[in-house]
Amino acid sequence: MSDLENFREETKSWLEANCPEEMRKPVRDDSDVYWGGRKATFQNDAQKAWFEAARDKGYTVPSWPKEYGGAGLSPAEAKILRQEMAAIGARPPLSSFGIWMLGPALLKFGTEGQKKRFLNEIARGEIRWCQGYSEPGSGSDLVSMQTYGEDKGDHWVVNGQKIWTSYADKADWIFCLVRTNKEDKYKGITFMLFDMAGEGVTTKPILLISGNSPFCETFFDNVKVPKSYGDDCPGFVGEINRGWDVAKYLLGHEREMISGMGGGDRTTAIGTAMKRHAAKTGDDIDPVLRSEMALFDVDALAFTAMAEKFMDEMKAGKGHPAQPNMMKYVGTEINKRRHELMMSAGGSRSLEWESDETRGGKPSREWLRTKANSIEGGTSEVMLNVISKRILELPGG
Amino acid sequence: MPLYHTEDQAMLADSASGFLAEEGNINKQLRHWRDRDCKDGFGHGLWKQMAEMGFTGMLVAEDDGGLGMGHVEAGIVLEEIGRNLTPSPFLTSSVLAATALGHASSDLKGRYLPGLIEGESVFAVAIDETAKHRPSRIATKAEKSGNGFKLTGSKSFVIQGASSDMIVVAARTSGSDEDEHGITLFAVPKDVNGMSQNPVRLVDSSMASHITFDGVELDGDAVIGEVDGGREVLNAMLAAGRVGAAAEGVGVAQGAMDMTIDYLKQRKQFGKVIGEFQALQHRAAHLYSEVEIARAATIKAQQLLDEGAPSADLMTSVAKAKVAKAAGLAVKEGVQMHGGIGMTDEYDIGLYMKRDRALAEFLGDAYFHANRVAELSGY
Repeated sequence: MSDLENFREETKSWLEANCPEEMRKPVRDDSDVYWGGRKATFQNDAQKAWFEAARDKGYTVPSWPKEYGGAGLSPAEAKILRQEMAAIGARPPLSSFGIWMLGPALLKFGTEGQKKRFLNEIARGEIRWCQGYSEPGSGSDLVSMQTYGEDKGDHWVVNGQKIWTSYADKADWIFCLVRTNKEDKYKGITFMLFDMAGEGVTTKPILLISGNSPFCETFFDNVKVPKSYGDDCPGFVGEINRGWDVAKYLLGHEREMISGMGGGDRTTAIGTAMKRHAAKTGDDIDPVLRSEMALFDVDALAFTAMAEKFMDEMKAGKGHPAQPNMMKYVGTEINKRRHELMMSAGGSRSLEWESDETRGGKPSREWLRTKANSIEGGTSEVMLNVISKRILELPGG
Repeated sequence: MPLYHTEDQAMLADSASGFLAEEGNINKQLRHWRDRDCKDGFGHGLWKQMAEMGFTGMLVAEDDGGLGMGHVEAGIVLEEIGRNLTPSPFLTSSVLAATALGHASSDLKGRYLPGLIEGESVFAVAIDETAKHRPSRIATKAEKSGNGFKLTGSKSFVIQGASSDMIVVAARTSGSDEDEHGITLFAVPKDVNGMSQNPVRLVDSSMASHITFDGVELDGDAVIGEVDGGREVLNAMLAAGRVGAAAEGVGVAQGAMDMTIDYLKQRKQFGKVIGEFQALQHRAAHLYSEVEIARAATIKAQQLLDEGAPSADLMTSVAKAKVAKAAGLAVKEGVQMHGGIGMTDEYDIGLYMKRDRALAEFLGDAYFHANRVAELSGY
């Protein structure tokens, strides 16, 4: 048996022994997700057991190096672990913006001291991070942001406001873009790291059309941010005034992540599930709706192939570096279409806002949530701008 | 297997792209033959050259004298054919007919494959009997007659039928018109008595025949595969042809898109290059995305077909439908963004529009295949 086949067998038995039955059921809503952090509580014993087993094995962040809390898996091994987890329907043991966003930024730009401290905290689920990027006046034109950090020698004093800070009210720390030089738009931003429990930080959840509040407004009123947290552990990532480099890298990373939603992991046709569902409720699917679904399934299944090709090319260092923008654009537009069709197929039932039958209005709330897909992390229109300039090399702007 | 070309495949792509840009380009082939009112619609000289390049027998098994390559490789050649709008018998002869002959007796293989590999012979396939692709319905009858069969009925839109040395004909040997079983495939030589062809020119300058069989006598050894068991071979032939047509369509889309993007960078209006206008940039960027996805679906379908995976059938229809939509968008945006000159015969963009229309229809259009995706998915 090859090393990889051995690894697959070991992984199967490890999952069998360590992933409880309850953790192999689909995630129903956010309460099924374990986010970690200082305020975290476990939903049940199974969630706790699964998280702790994964943490001890380095499987909360399988491909990170061992010294930073990961398992040091190679890309091929990480793919096998993903496949075997998918095969039994295992939930992610830990979800966090630390894993998805800050971690990759620190792996690329962080000092050894930052990696040792912050990556280990993330991998062990001890600190929950949130992201401070957008401001009320700076959405698509993010670089115009004005939250300001005044240099006070060994620290900054930060004043300003962020918006669309995901789960800021539940987070422990924030990675935050702060202007440190008003003269230079691009080279005047610092990527700071600081504790949300510090004095002067307040958060206010934003009620969305879905009735949920995953985002906050975050206010900074004379917040003291140290330039150093100790030996080789600065309070910022990369260089002072060069935070835009880190932010751009992370935005690219975020687009890749979001782009997976359109169909990267879906191989079943929408019509199949909808027809089954309609049959149960005694409804049927109008022929024209069926046609729309069929055309949608062509697009969605073709995009599944695109997602696979994109991943394969990324791993091999092929493909255009701006390709994630295309993936993000198409993936999010497809996801919105999917939910429009699901609403139509569900009829009036899918309008129910609070009923037990819809598990608290899941269809309509999710449908409304998808409308943000093509706004957050760069709007579809910004993605099209980037494609036309960087890939097609069209002039101007 | 990763969804990109291996080193060998990338080398093949390089040589195919160089060769077809040089020898198969629009002026040398499509316009040349069209403007001379050529009754074949393609050049036999190029077909010989394609044989010398090793293209004609790519899908023929090594034991049968071919190269034993797969649909990824055939697709590489087809994409370049599409990009250059090269008229040739490659798709019908080297993909469709070659797939059918792969299931034939050694006698039939010996009779037809050497001519194909040498670029001497041209083959066609006769499946449809109406203007729309409906392979589920085969009414043309082949009745037992002595040691052989007697063929009666008609076939429509047989691409390059009148130029072909042999036509693979799907006929009914038992059951009723819509039955799944009871189909037999025949290798019908061009000069048989009782077969009459009425060739018509299509919008893309290619030639298609309406063929009538009036009691055509065929030997028993003209049967490809098993009597009454032709559906399986027919399906294999259709899958190969559809994936091939998708690959050619990706080339058509890419060719039209490249021309259009170039034009956006040159044409000036209101004192600006029109590619600076965001109204056009966003449409171009959307088009780029659609073409990329169509290409990904096509290579996925090619790989699945080469692996013999059960899901190849579904992905083949996904690819055929997606390519039809993406290439259709590419040529429509192409003509519109070229403005007035896009409507002139002098500019090539209109030729892309014509070829796309014919190719999209061939072996089932986007609606046929979207419907098939729904049916294969159980709804």
